[in-house]
Amino acid sequence: MRHVISILLENEAGALSRVAGLFSARGYNIESLAVAPTEDSTLSRMTLVTTGSDEVIEQITKQLNKLVDVVKLVELTQGPYIEREMLLIKVRAAGDGRDEVKRLADIFRGHIIDVTDTTYTLELTGTGSKLDAFIEALGPAGIIEVVRSGPSGIARGEKGVHV
Amino acid sequence: MELTGADIFVRCLRDEGVEYVFGYPGGAALHIYDALYRQDKVKHILVRHEQGATHAADGYARSTGRPGVVLVTSGPGVTNTVTGIATAYMDSIPLVIFSGQVATSLIGDDAFQEVDAVGITRPCVKHNFLVKDVRDLAATVKKAFYIATTGRPGPVLVDIPKDVTAHKCEYAYPKEVSMRSYNPVTKGHPGQIKKAVDLILAAKRPMIYSGGGVILSEGSKPLTDFVRLLGYPITQTLMGLGAYPGTDPLSVGMLGMHGTYEANMAMHECDVLIAIGARFDDRVTGDLEKFCPHARIIHVDIDPASISKNVPVEVPIVGAADAVLAEMIKLIKAAKKKPDKDALAAWWKQIDQWRAQNCLDYDRDSKLIKPQFVLETLYELTGGEAFVTSDVGQHQMWAAQFYKFDKPRRWINSGGLGTMGFGLPAAMGVQMAHPKSTVCCVTGEASIQMCIQELSTCKQYDLPIKIVNLNNRYMGMVRQWQEFFYDRRYSHSYMDALPDFVKLAESYGHVGLKIEKPADVEGALKEALKLKDRLVFLDFITDQTENVYPMIAAGKGHNEMHLKPCKAVVSTDRELA
Repeated sequence: MRHVISILLENEAGALSRVAGLFSARGYNIESLAVAPTEDSTLSRMTLVTTGSDEVIEQITKQLNKLVDVVKLVELTQGPYIEREMLLIKVRAAGDGRDEVKRLADIFRGHIIDVTDTTYTLELTGTGSKLDAFIEALGPAGIIEVVRSGPSGIARGEKGVHV
Repeated sequence: MELTGADIFVRCLRDEGVEYVFGYPGGAALHIYDALYRQDKVKHILVRHEQGATHAADGYARSTGRPGVVLVTSGPGVTNTVTGIATAYMDSIPLVIFSGQVATSLIGDDAFQEVDAVGITRPCVKHNFLVKDVRDLAATVKKAFYIATTGRPGPVLVDIPKDVTAHKCEYAYPKEVSMRSYNPVTKGHPGQIKKAVDLILAAKRPMIYSGGGVILSEGSKPLTDFVRLLGYPITQTLMGLGAYPGTDPLSVGMLGMHGTYEANMAMHECDVLIAIGARFDDRVTGDLEKFCPHARIIHVDIDPASISKNVPVEVPIVGAADAVLAEMIKLIKAAKKKPDKDALAAWWKQIDQWRAQNCLDYDRDSKLIKPQFVLETLYELTGGEAFVTSDVGQHQMWAAQFYKFDKPRRWINSGGLGTMGFGLPAAMGVQMAHPKSTVCCVTGEASIQMCIQELSTCKQYDLPIKIVNLNNRYMGMVRQWQEFFYDRRYSHSYMDALPDFVKLAESYGHVGLKIEKPADVEGALKEALKLKDRLVFLDFITDQTENVYPMIAAGKGHNEMHLKPCKAVVSTDRELA
């Protein structure tokens, strides 16, 4: 089962490798990991997507909580939450296909953020499945490069994760 | 007044109350070593190899409950500590390791004796730090001791670049530490404790299973009160021996792979299992599918991640063993319900039948020295009062089986990591902390050679350790497994070209004794124990064919033990190639 874990951690050198090292040392899966400092520059917020049985996820959250750099941890998939991922994609856009790429981007509410005579670079935000659908719609032939951020998540409602 | 980082560091140790630092100097640590030279409060013990420093600090910590302190230089200095750090990590021992590092301006340049100490040790420390600014030094040292000694204890490494030890700032040692990301719990949840007590009092076939966590939390007294109040049987793990008196009739001995028949059978048949400060290690549980099939399980542990990790638990209690035991005692005393006397009597009757198997019996008429006999004699001659360290292998299991520990912190061994080479340096730390006590290192000819260089340290500091070398000319435990599971193909388990240990001991300035006959065992041990101010290396030439029994083979359950073959079989059926 897919689980999204949101972690508030000290914005210290090495904090990220403690988290990543824990997963490799104990044989847990990491599907994706997105991290950046918060409004408080001493803290980072990480969204980690992993898979495993309930027992494995319980161990993962306990082991993460044991890391001294981890300040708080919430499993977003236990309640209502929103996740968004950003896609940057460079595609061939020449001749007849050029308009078609533009139209597709509009349908998926993407933006063209860089243009050359033969290519478009597009930005698209959404759930992972929306990004998958867009990539599929473009078809493999036209794709030059795909960059995905991995999802960032936040719980719905009034509550937030604070120190 | 401004002080250099090196002086600040030494002042921090002093203000932390550090008595001994076990270490080895080198380039990146030279400012610190100079600061150590210019004071006399903190005593430095010079080892012969950095691994020895970590084990010595570890032995100091295990035998006192205070953190062990290590100081080494960068590069090979710190890589040599990794085994010792991992050893302490697996057994939750509070150590603080300080490593020199190349100057901050050189970090990342592959400078001379540079290694990423924080990166290399990350998987085997509770936490680690790189100090980049002398103004952070004192606070980091304080944090390191705080993290190492609180919650589930463990090793913490502080890496200090050389320029940081030269830079100056004002010194103030913080009185307190507060970390928003680290707040270990101590007290257990009252509701859970109540639930546990109800279950404990309703048990028909109860079993108490206690581990090293009881010793770490200084919970020996409440554990003893708890067990005696209930009259329930108790088994202790390898790490927990001594927390409850091993000679007490309620103690059924150690459990697990080489535990007693009665302990393992009682585990298998119990209906309520009370696990306290123990972590359901694979050497304890055997096959998890067959583990305690009839039991409802209560688990008290300070580390939530230890609970339901290997075995699902019905009543989890996160808290320190001593505090939770004290709460449980209060509730049991106040409870109207009392333990079911009839059920308990029947349970004890069953346990006594298992006990009657006398599973630790061995051939006492052998013409060869039986290792068990050496340990039994050692136990009798020291009145069970010695501190006993061990290395890893058969001798470790026999020491655990035959030396009955009645007090905590007397049995010092590497349980989790199983580090050969641990015994002698650990004994140095124990002897430093307890200069008047008898400290014995039970070892084998393979293990002792892994840190043999520390005989030199023992000479320098006049450490009168008694080394009990059970010399069977084999890596005994490896040989035993090869005999049982590899059709007696003794692949590389034979130690050819052994040194003459008597001469070796003598060359280091110690006393060496070689004992080859059972009749000489007692005399030699007596002689060694009489030499109060000398290290004595007792080289016992033991029966090579002896195996550790009972044994649960890998993948088997507690009720599937191999008991010792009968004596007739022993003498005819087991010859070595």
